[in-house]
Amino acid sequence: MMDQSVEGYVTEDGRQIGGVLMELKNITLRFGGVEAISNISFDIREGEIRAIIGPNGAGKTSMLNVINGFYHPQEGQIIFRGETRSRMKPYEAAKQGISRTFQNVALFTGMTTLDNIMAGRTLKMHKNFFWQMLRHGPALEEEIEHRRKVEEIIDFLEIEHIRRTPVGQLPYGLQKRVELGRALAAEPSLLLLDEPMAGMNVEEKEDMSRFILDVNDQLGTTIALIEHDMGVVMDLADRVVVLDYGKKIADGLPSEVQNDQAVIDAYLGVPH
Amino acid sequence: MGKQAASEALTSIPALLARNAKKFGAKPAYREKEFGIWQSWTWLEASEEIRAIALGLLTLGAERGDHVAIVGRNRPALYWSMVAAQMVGAVPVPLYQDAVAEEMGYVLEHCGARFVFCEDQEQVDKVIEIQDKVHHIEHVIYVEPRGLRKYDHSHLHWIKDVQAEGRAAQQRFAKELEERTNALGYDDTCVMLYTSGTTGRPKGVVLSNRNIIESSKNSAAFDKLTADEEVLAYLPMAWVGDFIFSIGQAYWTGFCVNCPESADTVMADLREIGPTYYFAPPRVFETQLTGVMIRMEDASRVKKWLFDTFMNHARKVGPQILDGKPVGLWDRFKYWLGDIVIYGPLKNMLGLSRVRVGYTAGEAIGPEIFEFYRSLGINLKQLYGQTEASVFITLQPDGEVRSDTVGVPGPGVEIRIDEKGEVFYRSPGVFVEYYKNPESTASTKDAEGWVATGDAGFIEEGTGHLRIIDRAKDVGKMADGRLFAPKYVENKLKFFPNILEAVVFGNGREFCTAFINIDLTAVGNWAERNNIAYASYQELAAHPKVYEMIQSHVEEVNRSVAQDEMLSGCQIHRFLILHKELDADDGEMTRTRKVRRRIIEEKYADLINALYDGSKEIYTETEVTYEDGRKGKISATLEIRDVAVVGEGKVAAQ
Repeated sequence: MMDQSVEGYVTEDGRQIGGVLMELKNITLRFGGVEAISNISFDIREGEIRAIIGPNGAGKTSMLNVINGFYHPQEGQIIFRGETRSRMKPYEAAKQGISRTFQNVALFTGMTTLDNIMAGRTLKMHKNFFWQMLRHGPALEEEIEHRRKVEEIIDFLEIEHIRRTPVGQLPYGLQKRVELGRALAAEPSLLLLDEPMAGMNVEEKEDMSRFILDVNDQLGTTIALIEHDMGVVMDLADRVVVLDYGKKIADGLPSEVQNDQAVIDAYLGVPH
Repeated sequence: MGKQAASEALTSIPALLARNAKKFGAKPAYREKEFGIWQSWTWLEASEEIRAIALGLLTLGAERGDHVAIVGRNRPALYWSMVAAQMVGAVPVPLYQDAVAEEMGYVLEHCGARFVFCEDQEQVDKVIEIQDKVHHIEHVIYVEPRGLRKYDHSHLHWIKDVQAEGRAAQQRFAKELEERTNALGYDDTCVMLYTSGTTGRPKGVVLSNRNIIESSKNSAAFDKLTADEEVLAYLPMAWVGDFIFSIGQAYWTGFCVNCPESADTVMADLREIGPTYYFAPPRVFETQLTGVMIRMEDASRVKKWLFDTFMNHARKVGPQILDGKPVGLWDRFKYWLGDIVIYGPLKNMLGLSRVRVGYTAGEAIGPEIFEFYRSLGINLKQLYGQTEASVFITLQPDGEVRSDTVGVPGPGVEIRIDEKGEVFYRSPGVFVEYYKNPESTASTKDAEGWVATGDAGFIEEGTGHLRIIDRAKDVGKMADGRLFAPKYVENKLKFFPNILEAVVFGNGREFCTAFINIDLTAVGNWAERNNIAYASYQELAAHPKVYEMIQSHVEEVNRSVAQDEMLSGCQIHRFLILHKELDADDGEMTRTRKVRRRIIEEKYADLINALYDGSKEIYTETEVTYEDGRKGKISATLEIRDVAVVGEGKVAAQ
C-alpha cells in the first residue's frame, strides 16, 4: 500500500497532490442491528479525484451520506480542514463547501436548467428576502452577479442550448449534467458525485468524464466519486478506496487496487 | 494603417478591413454570444484584434506564401485569424471541423500548413493525433483554453497569448507587417478552399483576391446589400459560401457578422439576431417546416383552423404580393390580417422576420417548401454556384422567382451549354487553379477560362433562366436507351418530409430501383401519433406500416415522373428502406451531405443485387464508423417491395 504521509503523493499521471482535506477516522455506521459501515478510515486530499468503489451494498452511498452530514456515524471522527466535525446537518456541510449530486437525479423538474443551477447559488445569496422580492437595487445587482456565475457554469458544461428548457423534458444524460452544474454553482471545495455515469451510453460517459476532469483541473475542486464502471474509475481517479460489506478492503493508486487480491475476490466473488 | 494608403486600391481583404475601420469604425463588425449575452466588436476593434494576431504570427515566424489552416465552428477569432494570415502574406485554408483526423491529415499534408488555428481541445487533439504523419506543422494556436492547460505548450499557443506577444512586438514588426499587407495584389491568393467532392480526394481550390472581391462586389450590387445587413454565420467555415458571405461580402459592404453561441443554439440565436440577409441549404428550410407542421399537428383546434385557413390564403396570394403583382383589395386585406395573426408570429418564431434577401442552393428545394416560405412574405430565392466560381453562377432576380429554375447568369457571368447538355461558365470569380493538381485544373478549366460545372441543364426559352437536371456524369441511359436521371427522381422523393435521403439506381439496367432513408423526426412523430412502438432507427425503418407509407410516396412519385415523357423510364419498380442513415463519417455522403453514388454502389452491392434478382428480403451486414472514429458492425434483414408503375406493361423481375 502507498505511503500515507502528510506531505502528499504523486499521482500516476505525475501530479503532486497536497495535504489532507478531509480525514475519516474509524467510522462506524449502524442502522439498528445492521452495520452498514464498520470501522473505516481513509482520507481525501486537496485537489485529488478520490473514487469509492465496491460491489452492490458495500456501503458506498452510506459513506457519501456520512461525509455530506446526512447520516451520523455512531463511532468515529470526521476531520474537515483540520477541524473535528461535530454532528451536522447537510446544509451545514453545504455551507462549509461540500456539495453533491445524487444516484437518482434529484432536480426540480418543472424549472429550467438556468433556474436549477441558480438554485445551487442559494447559499451564496446574502440580500434579504424583502430586497429579493422587490428584485431591485442591491438584490438585482446580486442577481446579475450570480447569473454571471451560472452562465459560466452553463458555458463550462456546454449546455447553452437547454438554458431555458424545463429539465423534466431533458434526456437523462443532460439531466445528470445539469445536476453537476447545480452542485458546481455552490463553488464547492469538495464535490461528491454519486454514480455520475450510471445509465449513460459510451458517448455520454466520455463527455461526463471530460467534465469531471475539467472541473478538477480547471476549478481545482477536490472530487470524491462513487462509480461502477471500472474503466472509468481507473482512468479518472487518482486514488481508490474499495469497500466490501461495509469494510475497507483496499486503498491506493488505481494500479495497486486493480491488482489487489482482496479486490479481485470481492468483485469476482469468493465465499465469505 | 499606413498613411500612403496603398490600401485605397482595395485589392485585398486586409485593404477592405482598413477602409472599413476608417469608414465604419464605430459600427459593429462582429457579434458573438457569450455567457448568454451578445458581445460585439466594431470594425475598429476588430481591425485591432486582427492586427495583433498578424503581429503574433510574425513573432512565430510566419512567411509569405505559408498556408495557415483554420478549423473550428464559426467564431470571430477564427475569422480574424484568416484575415490576419492574409495580412502577413500567408494563405488561409479553412477546414471542415467535423472531419475525422485522417481526413484532416490529408488536407493538412496536401497544403503543407505550418500553422493551424484550432477552436478547442477537440480540434487540437486531432492535430496532435496526425502530427506523427504530417511533419511540417510547426505551431498550433487555439481559441478555447478549456482542458488544454496540461498540454505541452512548446508548440501550442493560446490565441490571446499570441496576440499579447504580437502587441508587444509592435515596434519590431509593425513595418514588416505594413510592407507585407501593402504588397498584396489583386491576383494574389486570397483563400484556398477544399471541395468536399463526391468522388475521390478533396481538391484545393485556389481563389484570388480578384475572384473573391469581384464576386462579392457583383453579388452585393445584384441584391443591393448595404452596410446595415445582419447575417448569421453558422455554415461551415470551410465552405465557399460562408467565406463569401461572412468575409467577402461582409468586408466589401461593411455589414455585421453574428456568430452563434454554440452549434446547438443556432435556431435560438437566429431568432434573437433576425438576419436581413440569410442563406440556408434546402435541408434547413425543410427541417424548420417539418418542425412547424409537427407542432401544428399537436396544436389546439382553433389554432389549427386559423393556421390552415390563413396558410391557404397565403399560398394563393402571398407569392404574388411578394413579386409586386396586382392582387385584389379584399385579398390584400385578408393577407394583412393573416400577417398579424399567423404569418408575422410564425416568421418571428422561425427567426426570419427581417429577412430582406434569402437564398437557398446546393440541392433542389421542394416546390411546396419553397412556396411555403415565399407565401409568408419571405423573399427566398435560389442561386446556383460552385466553389470554383467563388459561389455565384446564376441567381434569381427579385420578381422572377420560381422553384424549378436557378435564375439568370449573375453580373459578369457568361453561360454556355455544350452539345451533351453540360453547363459551362466564365466569370471574374473563376478559380485560379487546383492546388498542386494541374491535370484536374486542365480538365475543368479550358484555356479561354470556361469551366465545366459537371451539371447537365438547359436555358429556358423566353425567360433565360437556367434549369439544372442532374449531375452530368450521373445522367445515363437505361438498357433500352431511355434517359436515366437519378437526381431528378431522388429530389422528388426527398420532397416528402418522411424521406430524408434516396438513392436511385438504373444506369444500364432494365428498370429503376431505390434505397430510401426515412426521416427519424417526421416518421418518429408519425409513429408516436399512430401508437407504433419502436426502439431504434433500424426497427422503425423496418416496420411494415412505414414500408406501406413509403410505398405510397414512391407510387406518387412514379405518377409524377410518368408525366414527363423524356424521363418516364425513371419510375421506380422496387425499393428498400436502409437500416442505417447514410453518413459522412462512413464516407457515404460528403460533408455537405451530397450522396456519394459510387461508394454506396460498392458498399451495398449485395442490396443492389437483391433489388434486381427478385428476392423478397435480404440479410446484410454493414460496417459503421462512430463519431470518435471507432468502427462497428450492424446487421439486418431488409424487406424489398415492388411498386406499381404507370403506363408500362412489364412488371419487375418476377
